[in-house]
Amino acid sequence: MATAVQTVERENYLNSNYGIKSWLLTTDHKRIALLYLVSITAMFWIGGFFAMLIRLELLTPAGDMVSSDTYNKLFTMHGIIMVFFFLIPSVPATLGNFLIPLMVGAKDLAFPRVNLLSWYIYMVGAITALTAMVMGGVDTGWTFYTPFSTTYSNTHVMGAAIGIFITGFSSILTGLNFIVTIHRMRAPGMTWRRLPLFCWANYAAAIIMVLGTPVIAITLLLVALERAFNIGIFNPQLGGDPLLFQHLFWFYSHPAVYIMILPGMGVINEIITCFSRKRVFGYEFVALASIAIAVLGFLVWAHHMFVAGISVYAALVFSLLSYLVAIPSAVKVFNWTATLYKGSIRYETPMLYAFGFIGLFTVGGLTGVFLASLGVDVHVHDTYFVVAHFHYVMVGGMVMAYMAGLHFWWPKITGRMYPEAWAKLSALLVFVGFNTTFFPLFIVGYMGLPRRYHAYPPEFQVLNVLSTAGASILAVGYVLPMIYFLWSLRYGEPAPPNPWNAVGLEWMTPSPPPTHNFDETPIVTWEAYDYEHQPQEEVTVGH
Amino acid sequence: MWKNLPLFPERASALAWQVDGLYFLLVGVSAFFTLLIFALIFVFAVKYRRSAHPHPVQIEGSLPLELAWTLIPLGICMIFFAWGSLIYFQEARPPKGAMEVYVVGKQWMWKFEHETGQREINQLHIPVDRDVKMVMSSQDVIHDFFVPAFRVKADVLPGRFTEIWFHTTKPGTYHLFCSQYCGTDHSGMIGQVIVMEPVAFQAWLSGGGSTGSLASNGQQLFQQLGCATCHRFDTQGRGPNLAGVFGKPVLLDDGRTVVADENYLRESILNPGAKIVSGFKPIMPSFQGQVSEESLMALVAYIKSLAQPQQNEPGSNRPPAPETSSVQ
Repeated sequence: MATAVQTVERENYLNSNYGIKSWLLTTDHKRIALLYLVSITAMFWIGGFFAMLIRLELLTPAGDMVSSDTYNKLFTMHGIIMVFFFLIPSVPATLGNFLIPLMVGAKDLAFPRVNLLSWYIYMVGAITALTAMVMGGVDTGWTFYTPFSTTYSNTHVMGAAIGIFITGFSSILTGLNFIVTIHRMRAPGMTWRRLPLFCWANYAAAIIMVLGTPVIAITLLLVALERAFNIGIFNPQLGGDPLLFQHLFWFYSHPAVYIMILPGMGVINEIITCFSRKRVFGYEFVALASIAIAVLGFLVWAHHMFVAGISVYAALVFSLLSYLVAIPSAVKVFNWTATLYKGSIRYETPMLYAFGFIGLFTVGGLTGVFLASLGVDVHVHDTYFVVAHFHYVMVGGMVMAYMAGLHFWWPKITGRMYPEAWAKLSALLVFVGFNTTFFPLFIVGYMGLPRRYHAYPPEFQVLNVLSTAGASILAVGYVLPMIYFLWSLRYGEPAPPNPWNAVGLEWMTPSPPPTHNFDETPIVTWEAYDYEHQPQEEVTVGH
Repeated sequence: MWKNLPLFPERASALAWQVDGLYFLLVGVSAFFTLLIFALIFVFAVKYRRSAHPHPVQIEGSLPLELAWTLIPLGICMIFFAWGSLIYFQEARPPKGAMEVYVVGKQWMWKFEHETGQREINQLHIPVDRDVKMVMSSQDVIHDFFVPAFRVKADVLPGRFTEIWFHTTKPGTYHLFCSQYCGTDHSGMIGQVIVMEPVAFQAWLSGGGSTGSLASNGQQLFQQLGCATCHRFDTQGRGPNLAGVFGKPVLLDDGRTVVADENYLRESILNPGAKIVSGFKPIMPSFQGQVSEESLMALVAYIKSLAQPQQNEPGSNRPPAPETSSVQ
């Protein structure tokens, strides 16, 4: 394996042809994954830039850096970009796109052209939303609550809503592609019970994308109708019902949380097993937990509305169901931890991120239980407690998993190794920076500071300063990988086909893979995570 | 607690202790599980590191363990569920005889009106050791009435009344926040709740600012708007006699019965055709756009004051929203 000191580069998906057209018209899932990677990375930095401005504003109690209108636009655009244009496509559209065909032993996704179409739709949606922001921005919050968004806001609500509306279709198409691919394109012998858990997790997320996304599309369309033509749907002055909007909005937007986190959980399965050299503990339970989350996730939306004026009995039911959806997540955390038991553990960067993920996701998940508790939710609802909670899940959980996955499969995607020492440093910075940023916000939230406040009473300042300080550490933690990943494209060590000595079909083809993924269709005769029969060779890649 | 770095909100309502109690339990259980997971990861990661433990032991899984870590968290969650729901039920059921304050939220201020007619903006004076109920609605977008020291909040909606109540326990000045994002000056939509000793509160009440009680203002409006022509206090009116109607069940002409609570009165003024009282014709014009939120509250207060001796049916619950805006 290590003899491959190539003088003549073998043909792979990156060098098979060149030129801008070969990228923009490609139907190769791997190239489309890279198109997505570049696009969502750009969106991540735009959204991150807004986050930094928000944190800087909150350094002092007075609203003195930007005006309140600007501040409102900043957190709105931060939310819209991060949720709809980064988190939702993050793992599925990049890693999922790249890996699912490889993992199931297929040449491509089921509908390669539809896959390319989904990227174009994403770009049209993203550019529409960005145009709305450049033209002056939106100030409704990413939640678009009515009647503020339909009648009172005089910012570019339409542009942003249309951008999200359009992007929804790319999400639906990606989901559809994954479902069909996983059902129909598995290599001989790749039974459902041998399917990598990454595929199970993306499959569960794909179900939500296909079933949930149309609802947000319809909801935003209704907002646009009321805004443009004064048709009374949500505004009580026109005969509408503002709570109807919240029901419709959260019917999608709560399951959307699981679109974001499930693929991340899938990444963690692959990494934990590889670096502890063990099969995953309780494969069936982890797989079924993904499906359980996808199903139960559709039945908990009104826990966003406990103080909105819904009936007491509705609140009771939604509280109960919200506890139930916490259980499969807990099952996953316990199974990951048990997977480490009697393993043979190596601390490469992806594993460090995975450890971080489990810890932060645990905190995020448990604080979710606080919010499911009616009595406590009434107090902490719409405060910084909620902000801290969902950042623990979305950034501490999801972005950690995304970073873990990027490092893990970077050699496969690019054919280059990243610099391990720098990567470990960045993982540490992200973990420390993240906790410093968001843990204080739990305290601020329980003390009662509402979210989306441009200015705040002075007693909250110390903790806010701490949070802003943490955010600057976090920023460094994210800038570093950006630099060394780019650096590694040219200067990184060439990657062997299987640098981590992992199992899984994607590691049985060269790095980077050839255009058609496998020279011959693989035949699977082993279980997922069959580390028992993987030779214990010590291919420690020299850095 | 440190003066410059408070880490915990004050407790100034009877409910605050219960909310904090559940919160502490949640913190305790969460801390236990978080530390457990952290400790296990740390111990496993060190003990089974590659150099010390080169040969992993493959384990398929364990059904008893899976059941244990499904059922134990589920059981613990059910305790949280029961306790949290009990608190929520109390919050949703204002006690009878609570002092009432009418609240109008608008971009970006809070307007209060006491039953005795005192009006305040962004400041709310209330006595200590009393049940206080807020009857709230919004003039424009959704707002949210939040007093951290009381551990309660409720959205304030346009087009309907919502309620919130608390029992004050400690004199002092507390933050009032709008916690539902409502536009440009959302963070400026804040105020103070001033809880006073009963004597001081009485002195404050008699200190002026009142232009007649809320109900008497409502009575004037009732005359001015011509309500009294049809809603006569005998059996001859073209509309129902409103004396004693509040809090009582009302039979509708489609056979349903509804309780005449604040939201029913509001709807009957703004959208009279929605629920017609049995035996009457749908002839009342809508007052949508003709009465402000404050006038509406005065009218409601007036009709409530007609409810004679205070022996109501158990009518005044939290509004059974979401109102299925039932147009027949």
